[in-house]
Amino acid sequence: MGDPPTPTPPARGSRLDPFLDVYAQRARTMIASEIRALFSVASRPEVVSLAGGMPFVSALPLDAVAETFRRLIAERGAAALQYGSGQGAVALREQIAGLLMPMVGVSTHPDDVVVTVGSQQALDLVTRILCDPGDVVLAEAPSYVGALSVFAAYQTSVVHVAMDEQGLDPQALRETLTRLGQQGRKPKFLYTIPSFHNPAGVTQGPQRRRDVLAVCSSFGLPVLEDDPYALLGFDGVVPRALRADDADSVLYLGSFSKTFASGLRVGWVVAPHGVREKLVLAAEASVLCPSELSQLAVSAYLSEQPWWDQVKVFRELYRERRDALLDAMASYLPAGTTWTVPEGGFYSWVQLPPGLDATTMLARAVTARVAYVPGSAFYSGAAKELGAASLRLSYCYPDPDRIREGVRRLASVVTAEVDLLATFGPGPGPAVPGHGGSPSDVPGPATA
Amino acid sequence: MSGHERRVVVLAGGLSHERDVSLRSGRRVAESMRGKGVDVSVSDVDGSLLAALAADASSVVVPLLHGASGEDGALRDVLELLGLAYVGSGPAACRVAFDKPAAKTVAAAAGLCTPASVALPQTTFRELGAAALMAALVDTLGLPLMVKPARGGSSLGAAVVRSAADLPAAMVGCFSYGDTALVERFVAGTEVAVSVVDTGEQARALPGVEVVPDGGFYDYSARYTAGATEFFAPARLDPAVAETCARAALTAHAALGLRDLSRTDLIVDADGVPWFLEVNVAPGMTETSLFPQAVSAAGLDLGELWLSLVEQAALRGP
Repeated sequence: MGDPPTPTPPARGSRLDPFLDVYAQRARTMIASEIRALFSVASRPEVVSLAGGMPFVSALPLDAVAETFRRLIAERGAAALQYGSGQGAVALREQIAGLLMPMVGVSTHPDDVVVTVGSQQALDLVTRILCDPGDVVLAEAPSYVGALSVFAAYQTSVVHVAMDEQGLDPQALRETLTRLGQQGRKPKFLYTIPSFHNPAGVTQGPQRRRDVLAVCSSFGLPVLEDDPYALLGFDGVVPRALRADDADSVLYLGSFSKTFASGLRVGWVVAPHGVREKLVLAAEASVLCPSELSQLAVSAYLSEQPWWDQVKVFRELYRERRDALLDAMASYLPAGTTWTVPEGGFYSWVQLPPGLDATTMLARAVTARVAYVPGSAFYSGAAKELGAASLRLSYCYPDPDRIREGVRRLASVVTAEVDLLATFGPGPGPAVPGHGGSPSDVPGPATA
Repeated sequence: MSGHERRVVVLAGGLSHERDVSLRSGRRVAESMRGKGVDVSVSDVDGSLLAALAADASSVVVPLLHGASGEDGALRDVLELLGLAYVGSGPAACRVAFDKPAAKTVAAAAGLCTPASVALPQTTFRELGAAALMAALVDTLGLPLMVKPARGGSSLGAAVVRSAADLPAAMVGCFSYGDTALVERFVAGTEVAVSVVDTGEQARALPGVEVVPDGGFYDYSARYTAGATEFFAPARLDPAVAETCARAALTAHAALGLRDLSRTDLIVDADGVPWFLEVNVAPGMTETSLFPQAVSAAGLDLGELWLSLVEQAALRGP
């Protein structure tokens, strides 16, 4: 190398991104985060990850699935590898309407079904056609992080509504709607996960569902019902969907990610005619059509394989893992830690001893080779503080022994943080109300 | 052996909190050398690594692991144990450089200014009472304070404390990343990083890179979100001050016994005095990192520079 030339300082600095002046306002919240960096470590096998909600697809009969794919390509390859309809493959929509939706008590027509690239795309499409920047969306406290990301991308304002051990609190919903009404703000819809909630792990009972629908009806509030876990109740009972009792106001989102294969990215929306037409146009603008290969594979799997037996296998597997998690938490977690007891799905919501901050604690957890999702991830904007002392544990992916080991490690981390807190006292952040707080202030579902 | 026949193993990833940064550093350096026709592989640090390295003892190893084990000398001890040539400082120097309080002591002994500080383990706060100790820290060092883990990088666990009421939360955040905290008097001024490369007989300082984060603090988000920080390379410093900074980085590099490359982080105060904060033996090489910007500002090519470092390591041997 020769001697470098003597450079002179530039008049303007570099920001290392030539598109900086081009980005939309909505991209400003898309920034690098320490949390995301720590999750990079969680992908290593040394770390017991109780963070991600990855379905345990290894439990699928992979040879049979392979045979389904082989036959699909051999016999219908030209169709499976071609573009399809923006609304989704007719055969699959017929199965969704005829097979899946009746299980949650919904009677619908295949024409009212729009197949999407996972229900995540359904969330995106629904928000796209319903929300302008600044619109208010109601969501449970806490709510699914992927939905909150969509709502943020469309620059909506999320208002969280308190939950209790039966999920969304109708009284809190009524109070929130009344308060917003007094401010002249009318939410576009309520986003809710009534069954086996992500992240809260709680389920709305039949009366609770009626009460929630009644409040929504009295305020003329549409409902976006996200129901990916409905078939994964450990007692084998499939909860009746909200849409079953209000087909005019409830948009229903379903998914094959948890009952078959998340990697195929196939979900669906059931919506009234007008909404459905706009969803199809929005979907075509977004992706032209969902993967025909994935749709036909799901369709073939439903018609050729004992898929319902497989759902039962998944249920039993997740129940065993849920039990392992609950046993381990009871055995290891220090006093003052509480959690929800899920009756299905993938998650338990854990409330840490008062004053602890799960986001701050994550670094120590990763050092101890265990990972979780901090509770603040499930709240939007300024409400993130409400999730500070909470975290979500997923039991769907690690086997029971790994779950027990993960909780044992987590317990040592929590204990160390309690010790740290005892040394330094609680930080300056807002106090998180406990069970004694007023319902609208309660940051998350009641834990026991 | 010419560069085109050279085989290089870039080590990136690992289990530290900076795994993600390391993976990106590794990819970038690997691509820069592949662009020069070099056979480069990127390996994570896991149970299969030692066997893979031992199977090809003629490769030159480029450790780009950030954080513990990558920068604290442990991995480099292993490379020496295996008799492998590698780019960068030896284990003994890394052990001192990675430990910020120790590095500050060495830098001060070499005549550099470094902010007054105290390094305290968590147990000391528990034994002596945190409230009294924190009050003493504020009284002695003054406000604002910089709190950061004694070991580690990328500003993880670091915070600027502007009022005494914020100190407990900063300590808790810091101790989540490590057992010892460095509490340092905050020096206001221009943040400048000076990279040092040593590809010949004499180490030389590359142009300093000035860091102006939008939020005022060069935290993790400001470091790795493209656009969140404005960089000036070279830094907007009086030439004499720039020269003082260059000398400070070279002094730190030499005093700590570093080899091949390093990056020294400085704050230049209103009087033009550079204050030594820390030195990095495996500086970041990502798209937003400071070392590659210094390389560009010097009119050099990152791939060519890394080839020079690799060839030097090969000549040096294990």
